[in-house]
Amino acid sequence: MRDFAELLDRLVLTPSRNAKIRLLTDYFRTAPDPDRGYALSALAGTLTLSTVKPNVLRQLMLERMDPVLFQYSYDYVGDLAETISLVWEGTEPDEADVGDLSLGSIVEQLQSVGRANVRDLVRNLLDRLDGSSRFAFLKLITGSMRIGVSSRLVKQALGEMGTVDVGEIETLWHGLLPPYVELFAWLDGHSGRPELTMPAVFHSVMLATPVGDKDLENLDPADFVAEWKWDGIRVQLANLSGTRRLYSRSGDDISGAFPDILEAVDFEGVIDGELLVGGTLRSNQATRSFSDLQQRLNRKAVTRKTIEEYPAFLRGYDLLFDGPRDMRPEPFDVRREALAKLIATTPPLHFDLSPLVPFSSWEELDRLRTAPPDPVIEGIMLKRRDSPYTPGRMKGPWFKWKREPYNIDAVLMYAQRGHGKRSSYYSDFTFGVWTAGDKGDVLVPVGKAYFGFTDAELEVLDRYVRNNTVERFGPVRSVRAEPDQGFVVEVAFEGIAFSSRHKSGVAMRFPRISRLRTDKLPRDADRLETLVSMIDAGAPVTDDA
Amino acid sequence: MRPETLLYPTPKGLFCEAGGFYIDPVHPVDKALITHGHADHARSGHGEVLATRETLEIMTIRYGADFCRQSQEAALGETMTIGDVTVSFHPAGHVLGSAQIAVSRAGTKIVVSGDYKRRRDPTCLPFEPVSCDVFITEATFGLPVFHHPPDADEVGKLLTSLRQFPERAHLVGAYALGKAQRVIMLLREAGYHEPIYIHGALVKLCDYYLSKGIALGELRPATVTAKEKPAFAGAVVIGPPSAFADKWARRFPDPIPIFASGWMLVRQRAKQRGVELPIIISDHCDWAELTDTIREIRPGQVWVTHGREEALVRWCELEGIKARPLHLVGYDDEGE
Ligand SMILES: [Zn+2]
Ligand SMILES: [Zn+2]
Repeated sequence: MRDFAELLDRLVLTPSRNAKIRLLTDYFRTAPDPDRGYALSALAGTLTLSTVKPNVLRQLMLERMDPVLFQYSYDYVGDLAETISLVWEGTEPDEADVGDLSLGSIVEQLQSVGRANVRDLVRNLLDRLDGSSRFAFLKLITGSMRIGVSSRLVKQALGEMGTVDVGEIETLWHGLLPPYVELFAWLDGHSGRPELTMPAVFHSVMLATPVGDKDLENLDPADFVAEWKWDGIRVQLANLSGTRRLYSRSGDDISGAFPDILEAVDFEGVIDGELLVGGTLRSNQATRSFSDLQQRLNRKAVTRKTIEEYPAFLRGYDLLFDGPRDMRPEPFDVRREALAKLIATTPPLHFDLSPLVPFSSWEELDRLRTAPPDPVIEGIMLKRRDSPYTPGRMKGPWFKWKREPYNIDAVLMYAQRGHGKRSSYYSDFTFGVWTAGDKGDVLVPVGKAYFGFTDAELEVLDRYVRNNTVERFGPVRSVRAEPDQGFVVEVAFEGIAFSSRHKSGVAMRFPRISRLRTDKLPRDADRLETLVSMIDAGAPVTDDA
Repeated sequence: MRPETLLYPTPKGLFCEAGGFYIDPVHPVDKALITHGHADHARSGHGEVLATRETLEIMTIRYGADFCRQSQEAALGETMTIGDVTVSFHPAGHVLGSAQIAVSRAGTKIVVSGDYKRRRDPTCLPFEPVSCDVFITEATFGLPVFHHPPDADEVGKLLTSLRQFPERAHLVGAYALGKAQRVIMLLREAGYHEPIYIHGALVKLCDYYLSKGIALGELRPATVTAKEKPAFAGAVVIGPPSAFADKWARRFPDPIPIFASGWMLVRQRAKQRGVELPIIISDHCDWAELTDTIREIRPGQVWVTHGREEALVRWCELEGIKARPLHLVGYDDEGE
């Protein structure tokens, strides 16, 4: 536990990306199994432990400490886990009696302990651990491992450790489970690449970059295909060896909410597509809007009535596996042809193929983009014909070109109570986008919005704010906003201009929260450069200039 | 006599009327007894000064030979009479030359501990408990959160980082009197025998410690020219914390900011100061040392001064020991 605790302490205070990677690789090289695997899963957010409520910790503390002295201490430190880690006076370490305090042993004890014995176990471990390990332990059991390390960075460290490309780690990632013993054996060079045992696993999705100023100038339209960008949510459907799963683009299993789609699957493979409601192109009925789709989202289960009223279907974009065959190394053209063949055999009410948009010049495509034939289209996707399916967002193979340029995905940063009938809600929101800081990417606030959302959405936002407050400044709360933890909203606005009055250097006119993107992670939100390029591209000037 | 009349706080500092002297006064006075050489306790411009030889020498180094009109050396453990009171000096374990001052009159004895700590320090004599009616204690780290880990573990973190980042200069912030020399000694004890580079503000005091037979090993001036920059890769450079914001610090190759201080226990503190590697080494008592000392001495009363008085007073009450805060002003609660 000690070396893991020291690693956490160092990571929290180390701003440089490269230094963080060095700390991580050194730890992964020296720590034994299964400790390093549990450390990896704690850092990458894949470790599931039943968490201990702050109130239980407080009670354990007050069993042995004067409440006044505890309050003085808590007021000074400000963080409950850290306060307890510091004030807890362990029993004198009796060498023979300390027992196994490795991370692996602690995680396994926590995973196997019965509800009734949790308190005793926690008390006992707090007594035996040293101060810094107590802190790491408390962070583990309160489920708040916030140390400024993204799962992407951890995977990069793994790649460096085994001198393999991070893409290979991403490819394997969702098929492996803690404590990742086979993964480390491979990275250590002791064994071959791990075989995925669970077939229908999520595979990291390929993402597009926005078309920027002059991006297309030197590209040949003949090298690309275009297809509509549909306004639903991006999903991955897998059916292999009898296991069926529907995943959101961030890898959440949403199968439970879409039994209609899962039941209709009559093929083996993994498809990338858009989840929509309404009629498929093959049934000749209209595709319905995103707000209709929302009736089906964020549910654990769904009623028959809802399924009838809001029938869901999948519009296929890409084919990752055709049966057991990995199609990802194949060029887009080849994958597309196989996808078309496969979709033709599927039930027509639940599957269709995303149509291609023929074009011969960028000018022509631009015209098509701004006047699409269907209201549920939000733009154009451009895909290089020869591009393999590579996880992550790389500039070049795929571009997205939105119909309405004036909307962005932003991350909630601050919230303030509203006025009048909204005074009991946090309803005024400040949102931000990513930009490069001295010490890696940081969020910079770019605007405020206090309308655009429905009452039901306000409930969701308000609850998020209350459960994820990081700090309070008078009526304002700052909320958790990190690459892998936070709340993404789509913000629509009427114009944008440079502004010296704002820290970000840009000001939006009339911004509103047009949609909650619970399907996205903060890391997928837009960057400040995208906003600046909107100005460069001639977005309407705001009156703030 | 009632202890409140033997010693009491005034705007100039703690005053002993019967002896006509102040202890660690914060403004110039005719007669001052000084516990140790830190700037907030030892100021220049007094008439007579009574202190240990080392404290007097440190004051001379810091303020020049004319730092007071007349100085007198106090030998540890020896009883002296001043006016109607007797005084004696006893080691405090804080920095070289630091002493507690015991003041007695008519069967009442008060010990002013100044700043003190209980753990081993290779650069000064250990604290010596003196039984008394009133024990005046500092409370710099007077909160139950402060449990300073073993020094050797903390220095071990620095050595680990030197191995892990051999291309980076390791810049250690440490106060010029006491902390800097202690960190150097701890490094030497841990088997680190490379030359250690020191900022100009540390040179005189380190030379003084060397002259007292404290084996700091090879020290070199930390002055960097562009040509020498690579030589500082993987080197330990020690400077006063204030120098870290200067251009001076930026001349080193990809420096890691390190700070050796008891405050580094609280992660937010380290973060706020931009410290990447906190080294928790303190010249003050942590909570356990404070409470253990009070239990050991078992004074009739405890008076608590600079720091977090309220928690320690509360603890004394729970232990059934009479205690009150002594509101003295002018001491640095944070410097360490
Ligand atoms: Zn001092
Ligand atoms: Zn002091």
